[in-house]
Amino acid sequence: MSWPPNGWRVGVGCSSTETVCRRTRPEGVVVTPSSVFVTTFLAAAVEVIEMVIIVVGVGTVRGWRSTWLGSIAGLAVLVVLVLGFGTALTLVPIGALRLVVGALLLVFGLQWLKKGIRRVSVNGFRGMGTRTASADGIPDQGVDWTAFVLAFKGVLLEGLEITLIVISFGATAQAIPIAALGALVALVVVGGAGLLARGVVERIPRSALQLLVGTLLSSFGTFWAVEGLGVDWPGGDAAILALVAWYVLAAAGYIGLLRAGRLVAQEAR
Amino acid sequence: MSAVTPAWVERLPTRILGWLKAFGKFWYRFIIGDDWTVAATVAVALVVTWLLHTASVEAWWLPPLAAVAVVGVSLRRVGR
Repeated sequence: MSWPPNGWRVGVGCSSTETVCRRTRPEGVVVTPSSVFVTTFLAAAVEVIEMVIIVVGVGTVRGWRSTWLGSIAGLAVLVVLVLGFGTALTLVPIGALRLVVGALLLVFGLQWLKKGIRRVSVNGFRGMGTRTASADGIPDQGVDWTAFVLAFKGVLLEGLEITLIVISFGATAQAIPIAALGALVALVVVGGAGLLARGVVERIPRSALQLLVGTLLSSFGTFWAVEGLGVDWPGGDAAILALVAWYVLAAAGYIGLLRAGRLVAQEAR
Repeated sequence: MSAVTPAWVERLPTRILGWLKAFGKFWYRFIIGDDWTVAATVAVALVVTWLLHTASVEAWWLPPLAAVAVVGVSLRRVGR
């Protein structure tokens, strides 16, 4: 038995089975400035999409103020880490971070999934546009630490992964500035698209939204936690889509069972 | 000459204790929620996944399966 798992060891050389290196240094790629830009843009875009999904989902369900605070705090910690450690950041055990953040997102996501299943089974897809703070346990004043922590972890983990992509690929191709530019453009483009999509997301009925966000948090949590153990997913990042489909199917099945009276439902708040 | 302890210093231990309690309560709610078996099952599933992985057995399927199973059990259990 080997501990820590291989995925926990990260380095620019990437001699081990390290995910970032596999993602960012595909065999057969000719290393030109444009290929560095495109590769880091695409690799970073995948991470930014995950970050945006978490932030938009949490912000819509729990409220935006604390979500923004958590996102900004995560970004601030990331900037401090990048400025303080520079390329030494590759020594961060990203696998361990994925395991911890993934496990926490998974247990919390499953709680939301359960609540969403109960509510949809009792109320259907209702509650559009109205967030009853007290009913959701969201404080009317002060910081909602749940939203803060979820956004903070999502932004910090994904931001760290983007940084590692930039450092790994940029250092290998000796073009860190171009790699950083590719990642920055991905952040602006995908992040901007996410902000535009905010309005659409807010129109989704609340009970369905909680179910959806619970599904997404559970999917990302499962993906990261397993990846953090050094276990490879079949299909790589595409496994996230399969996980979303899996949790959606499970939720639909449980809603059906609850409605048919096969499971005893607690009265939804 | 007797040193007078400022009031805020006297209140500090109580405040720190309050913060620690609130901190612990937050993480308890975040991780455990209304049913501790969900977090416990996730933890056990991840440990077993790692053990199987180190024994060169494909185990990526275990956590999602365990997660869905425990949600069903929890829905039934908490609903009673």
